[in-house]
Amino acid sequence: MKRRDFLIAGAALGVAGLGCLGGCSSYTGSARVSGGGVAGRHWGFVVDVERFNREADMGKIQAACHHAHNVPDIGDPKEEVKWIWGEPFEASFADIHSEHPSRELEEATVPVLCNHCEEPPCVRVCPTKATFKRDDGIVEMDYHRCIGCRFCMAACPYGARSLNFRDPGPYLDEVDPSYPTRTKGVVEKCMMCADRIDAGELPLCVEASNGTILFGDLNDPDSDVRRALDESFAVRRRTSLGTGPSVYYMIKGGEAHA
Amino acid sequence: MYKGGRIIAFAALFCLAVLSPFIVNLANAAPAPETSLDTPAINAQQTKECVASTEYMKDNHMQLLDEWRNDVVRDGSREYESASGQVYEKSLDGTCLECHSNREEFCDSCHDYASVDPYCWDCHDGEAS
Repeated sequence: MKRRDFLIAGAALGVAGLGCLGGCSSYTGSARVSGGGVAGRHWGFVVDVERFNREADMGKIQAACHHAHNVPDIGDPKEEVKWIWGEPFEASFADIHSEHPSRELEEATVPVLCNHCEEPPCVRVCPTKATFKRDDGIVEMDYHRCIGCRFCMAACPYGARSLNFRDPGPYLDEVDPSYPTRTKGVVEKCMMCADRIDAGELPLCVEASNGTILFGDLNDPDSDVRRALDESFAVRRRTSLGTGPSVYYMIKGGEAHA
Repeated sequence: MYKGGRIIAFAALFCLAVLSPFIVNLANAAPAPETSLDTPAINAQQTKECVASTEYMKDNHMQLLDEWRNDVVRDGSREYESASGQVYEKSLDGTCLECHSNREEFCDSCHDYASVDPYCWDCHDGEAS
């Protein structure tokens, strides 16, 4: 073969190779929505921070949630599994925390849980699509598909996900048969009581909160949550990351009980 | 044939060795399993009817459960209409195991016979291991 023919054949092969690459799909980079729930809805929570601290019992709320969903009480903070828990206001809002907050806020504990983000980073990184976002904004999990890689735990900026480092069975006092338990190597988190919402009921934390956690459709201007947000200042956790949390923390700054 | 006798003898021995598991099992085949439908929930039913025909359930219950799980978890579709028009909740705990509460006599008897070990009960039916 002459040198000229060799070069022409090489160039032709190269172009053919590039053409084949065109068939490869490109990742669009958006968190996938995967059916389920009523499209157009966007379920969310509004926590009335000051009232929560005066009237709600965090222990009772956590017990209601954890008992109904068979969340094990492991004890060791390195391996603990939690869906909803209390956190000091200052720690939950470190990025916007003031040097001189009001006394009430300084001492406040807020309930923290999965934020059911509009752009959930956990969904984006999950290699098996075990976690996904429903049409109504709930970020749910299919435990069967979870391979325990913990990418989602690394991706979640709220620490809302827990891995079962060991078989949770022995750490359950009593099993509620209406909800499945998990096995070792499966990640779990708050599912916003999706089965209760589908049945027209309120999430358990809202029921146990003495009305200090509101729940509703953030897309509906007449919903409880939107009416509460219309009237008061509210913040969400770490919005600068672009996750779009669906849990709002309402701060009235003392006006409500002055 | 060069050393034909030995070749044939060893070929026969080889065949015997390969077929030995089948030959051993020919004599003592395990009896087909008997599944029991004697549970309080089934006895209380007027017409004893499952979500699909017995034949279909025998062959395809695992596919049906797989579809139900995807429907419920992924699509939020929770109701299943059987061929007879009866509507059931798509739920392993709430529908299947509600009637078939006798795991050992119903589920395990076949699974043991077929030597399959599904891990449904690790999480379902409220049985913490």
